[in-house]
Amino acid sequence: MSSTGEKFLVGIFDDEDVLLHGVEGIREKGVRIHEVYTPFPVHGLDEVLGYKRSRLPIAAFLFGLTGTSLALIMQIWMLGFDWPMIIGGKNFVSLPPFIPVTFELTVLLAALGMVATFFIVSDMKPYKTPRSFDIRSTDDKHVMAIDLAANKLSKEEIGQILKAHGASEVNEKNF
Amino acid sequence: MQATSSVRESLITGGKTVRDVSEDISRHVENKPNRLWWIAFAISLVLFGFGFYCLAALLWEGVGVWGLNKTVGWAWDITNFVWWVGIGHAGTLISAILLLFRQKWRMSINRAAEAMTIFAVICAATFPLAHMGRLWLGFYWALPLPNTWGSLWANFNSPLLWDVFAISTYFTVSLVFWYIGLIPDFAVIRDRATRMGNKTRAIIYNALSFGWDGAAKTWMRYESVALILAGLSTPLVLSVHTIVSFDFATSVVPGWHTTIFPPYFVAGAIFSGFAMVLTLLIVTRKVFKLEDYITIYHIELMNIVIIITGSIVGIAYITEFFVAWYGMVPAEFYAFYNRATGPYWWAYWSMMTCNVISPQLFWFKKIRTNIVATFVLSIIVNIGMWFERFVIIVTSIHRDYLPSSWSMFYPTMYDLGEYIFTFGLFFTAFFLFAKFFPVINMAEVKSIVKSSSEKKH
Repeated sequence: MSSTGEKFLVGIFDDEDVLLHGVEGIREKGVRIHEVYTPFPVHGLDEVLGYKRSRLPIAAFLFGLTGTSLALIMQIWMLGFDWPMIIGGKNFVSLPPFIPVTFELTVLLAALGMVATFFIVSDMKPYKTPRSFDIRSTDDKHVMAIDLAANKLSKEEIGQILKAHGASEVNEKNF
Repeated sequence: MQATSSVRESLITGGKTVRDVSEDISRHVENKPNRLWWIAFAISLVLFGFGFYCLAALLWEGVGVWGLNKTVGWAWDITNFVWWVGIGHAGTLISAILLLFRQKWRMSINRAAEAMTIFAVICAATFPLAHMGRLWLGFYWALPLPNTWGSLWANFNSPLLWDVFAISTYFTVSLVFWYIGLIPDFAVIRDRATRMGNKTRAIIYNALSFGWDGAAKTWMRYESVALILAGLSTPLVLSVHTIVSFDFATSVVPGWHTTIFPPYFVAGAIFSGFAMVLTLLIVTRKVFKLEDYITIYHIELMNIVIIITGSIVGIAYITEFFVAWYGMVPAEFYAFYNRATGPYWWAYWSMMTCNVISPQLFWFKKIRTNIVATFVLSIIVNIGMWFERFVIIVTSIHRDYLPSSWSMFYPTMYDLGEYIFTFGLFFTAFFLFAKFFPVINMAEVKSIVKSSSEKKH
């Protein structure tokens, strides 16, 4: 990988509760955190990092709505207009028997659409090699990356703040 | 940060740390499989091969090789279809409904249960596909595709078509849900492979993990996706067996024409699914030495689900009989009388014994916390659930309104062969899964190590 010249300070945390309080304290000191990498979802971490709630539920709803409309339009057009046939003496367009397929297509489009959106917004794809600040972040360590260029404080000052807030190690990582 | 009551038993025993979780679960992916795995895999492949021959013969010769006749036009094919679909239900129940109810005990078992769901649905789908006869034309019959008949569209009033949509949606959404859960765990194996210097494995598992980085922002979105998928899967799983039951309930065949079919089928599905999860996990925990993750407590909780759903199924059987008598329809009354005392009495009473009586043994704590007893009963439950579908399907149609056309159903080698094919397929797939994929959701288990492990208290 070619060098991009970015310099990061990486704080390693062993415990999720120490990390949560650490993030709060470090942000209060005015340090800007680039991102935190954890081996499992830490509840409340998005809040202390100040992330806005994900809008994926809205995407799921819109995809679901598309599924509902497409399913209804398809069934009403096919059996009601394109080739009407008498089936069991029922109306050509009778809503109750259309409900199961409508429901299934709503769920299908909502699920697939939302997951596709998730992959796109998170930039996840099979041929992507993610930037790894510390390889232990998928094992048992919580890894906090701080972009030195985005912070006014010096490397030493940030390092001390990290240590004071419970980081077990502070390393440098350049890309 | 999480409140845990001291009365609850630990979900993870043996004083595991977060590190141990990665090690214990990834090890099976990284090491060569043991002799036991090879033997089991070879047996599955033999079953698969024999079944494949029978399936090929069926496609070559036509549906006539089965034992169906003019009276009994549906028998083992649809029995096996409903049986496999039912088994699949436990996986979604565990991963979706228990997630919505915040039941942490799901975390050790959801991965394997969802894998079971996916393979079971594939097995189920082979039966209606094979029954189509000319499979290559089946797409035009089953899907609303433009065709040369005018376009004469698929009939959306038919429950069989609803089934096509229900099963394919169920399969797709379950697969996506399962895969989403696997992504962070593939990244664990990737990073371990990088540290061990195994480049090929690192590249493969990186591709499988979609380049997962574990950033807080990705986790936030990921959790949102998982929650909504659970919310979507919950009504979906209930709809699937409901729609399967409509295949029968919307007909006017005595014994099928029953309004309690949807809830009764869903309860039966969960019942048989949990039994199959137990059968598979009792073996998996032993072979992979996962006793600290899948504890007796997990087994006990699953057995409690079996008591509840088994009792619901029992009540449904009795209700059907009561309504057949109370409804005063002679044909309906005869269908049930014939079930219990006719030529298929043995199937009916096998079903009653296996499904209604045997799970009641789990009221005894000694039995529901005993591994051998649970294993035996879990297999008995699935035998019973197979008989349930056979009884509902075959005994209802073998003696209909016209006594001159009464008949019996005798399976042929090809009926049996197709059933064996699905067993071969199911176990081959499950063993491959157990070898190449992490069988326990590491990320979820890691998140409860601190709160639900023995050690830290």
